[in-house]
Amino acid sequence: MARAATTTRKVTVTAAAWVVALIIFFPILWTILTSFKSEGDAINISTFFSTPWTIASYFEVQSRSDYFHHFFNSVIISIGSTVLALIIAVPAAWAMAFAPTPKTRDLMMWMLSTKMMPAVGVLVPIYLIFKTLGLLDNVWGLMIILMLINLPIVIWMLYTYFKEIPVDILEAARMDGATLGKELIYVLVPMAVPGIASTMLLNVILAWNEAFWTLNLTAANAAPLTAFIASYSSPEGLFWAKLSAASTLAIAPILVLGWISQKQLVRGLTFGAVK
Amino acid sequence: MGSIQLQHVNKSFGTHAVIPDASLEIKDGEFVVFVGPSGCGKSTLLRLIAGLEDTTSGQILLDGADMTDAAPAKRQLAMVFQSYALYPHMTVAQNIGFPLKMAGMDKAAIDAKVQDAARVLNLGSYLDRRPRNLSGGQRQRVAIGRAIVREPKAFLFDEPLSNLDAALRVNMRLEISELHQQLKTTMVYVTHDQVEAMTMADRIVVLNAGNVEQFGTPMELYKTPANRFVAGFIGSPKMNFVDGAEAAKYGSASIGVRPEHVQVATDKGAWHGTIGVAEHLGSDTFLHVNVDGLGLMTIRAEGEKQLHHGDSVWLTPDPTRIYRFDKDGRLLPAN
Repeated sequence: MARAATTTRKVTVTAAAWVVALIIFFPILWTILTSFKSEGDAINISTFFSTPWTIASYFEVQSRSDYFHHFFNSVIISIGSTVLALIIAVPAAWAMAFAPTPKTRDLMMWMLSTKMMPAVGVLVPIYLIFKTLGLLDNVWGLMIILMLINLPIVIWMLYTYFKEIPVDILEAARMDGATLGKELIYVLVPMAVPGIASTMLLNVILAWNEAFWTLNLTAANAAPLTAFIASYSSPEGLFWAKLSAASTLAIAPILVLGWISQKQLVRGLTFGAVK
Repeated sequence: MGSIQLQHVNKSFGTHAVIPDASLEIKDGEFVVFVGPSGCGKSTLLRLIAGLEDTTSGQILLDGADMTDAAPAKRQLAMVFQSYALYPHMTVAQNIGFPLKMAGMDKAAIDAKVQDAARVLNLGSYLDRRPRNLSGGQRQRVAIGRAIVREPKAFLFDEPLSNLDAALRVNMRLEISELHQQLKTTMVYVTHDQVEAMTMADRIVVLNAGNVEQFGTPMELYKTPANRFVAGFIGSPKMNFVDGAEAAKYGSASIGVRPEHVQVATDKGAWHGTIGVAEHLGSDTFLHVNVDGLGLMTIRAEGEKQLHHGDSVWLTPDPTRIYRFDKDGRLLPAN
């Protein structure tokens, strides 16, 4: 009986997991399928699968706007913001993990609470600051803003990793004559490489997908792929096939990256949750 | 050179004083052991010397120079941790060479020194391995190698053998003692094991609740313990204490007698009792005797005694080896 109950349970849970996964994946799948249709066929659901498939939308998209320009902007902004975030987050997480004060916990909660604030609430002041500093439509400006919005998560994740490193080893490095900088470079960072790698990966994905700030603070020069997609929702109406082709082109790199590194990502997000 | 002086060192966490007021003078080349029960502050005291903890007040002098506020890296001390604290991402050779790399030494010189240390510690064939591929004893040797390679003023050991099994512990104890003979460098060693303390130390510091109860050679501590705490802590099995009327006969609040200073007889003696447990070790027999009116006493008899559970025995303490303590536990002079 017990064995039968367990098997039924397993089958149910597996089926439910597949259903949930398909529901989550469905929009991406439908976008990819739509991108291989002509504009007329794309919106006609009843004949969707019987009409011919085409890659015309992809050529159209590339001829109308320069995909690679936006692609490189996305690469520069997401990697640049991640590197900047790590430069700040590694020492910050070190201090919180290994030299905590009674207020450290509060500080971390406060940092994380900034993520709960609606971004639109600070859009106007930040827009004006960027305008004054000449950072509008500038990749450096975007790197800084994306670094800032993701910094709390990066610090929090690194903190979780660093907490797992025995403090004895860092003290041994201090006894061995390492200065604080050398302790970070030669001991802490190499030991935390898996954690830093998954944090980097997550931050790259978050920055790549970020649409609110990238759309509001760019026009053409620094516009990443999010702006590239948005340019296909025009006042004349939505061009589903072209919009889908642009979306597919935009998400493909990060989808591939996520697929390759899913093990690292899952480990990074659940690290420290179960000992 | 490697003398260490502590002058009225205090370490407090908030209002709680872990080390209320410690003053010590460790001479160059000495092997000093800090011993005491768990939580007595011995590791904290060692970490204060290392610079891994900041003193609340007082001074720490190394070779006469005030190092109270110096960073650990500046003190030229080496430490061996209980957990070994090896760098898991480095090979044995890189672990041993790390302090030299931090000192800015060139690669060829580092290699030569690492080879030397590896030879001394029999680690030659493990130099390319990572710590996870080593046994506990080998890891401990790597930790020691990392300490000796840069010729520090003094070595600090924080319970280095407590993660090893009993047989290995005895071997490593000997190796560390031999190392001290060879190097003649000051060593400060923390342990809760009084056997380790007695066998290894030139001088022992007995700590209790952050206070230095006594600082002396193992035999001084054994023969003339300053107080009841030291008397009870040093010696194995521990000293037997008797309070009340029996102690009053000796003009003291309590008396103590070591298990090895009591004669056992079956016909007559000073105190009568019944054997609870008899432990036959071959070389010795430990008898746990329920003495009438005085409570449980442990007796160490040489060789094999044919005495067993339930046997009635008479105990006679050696009158020249009875320690008398006042009501505060301080040792009173012999009668």
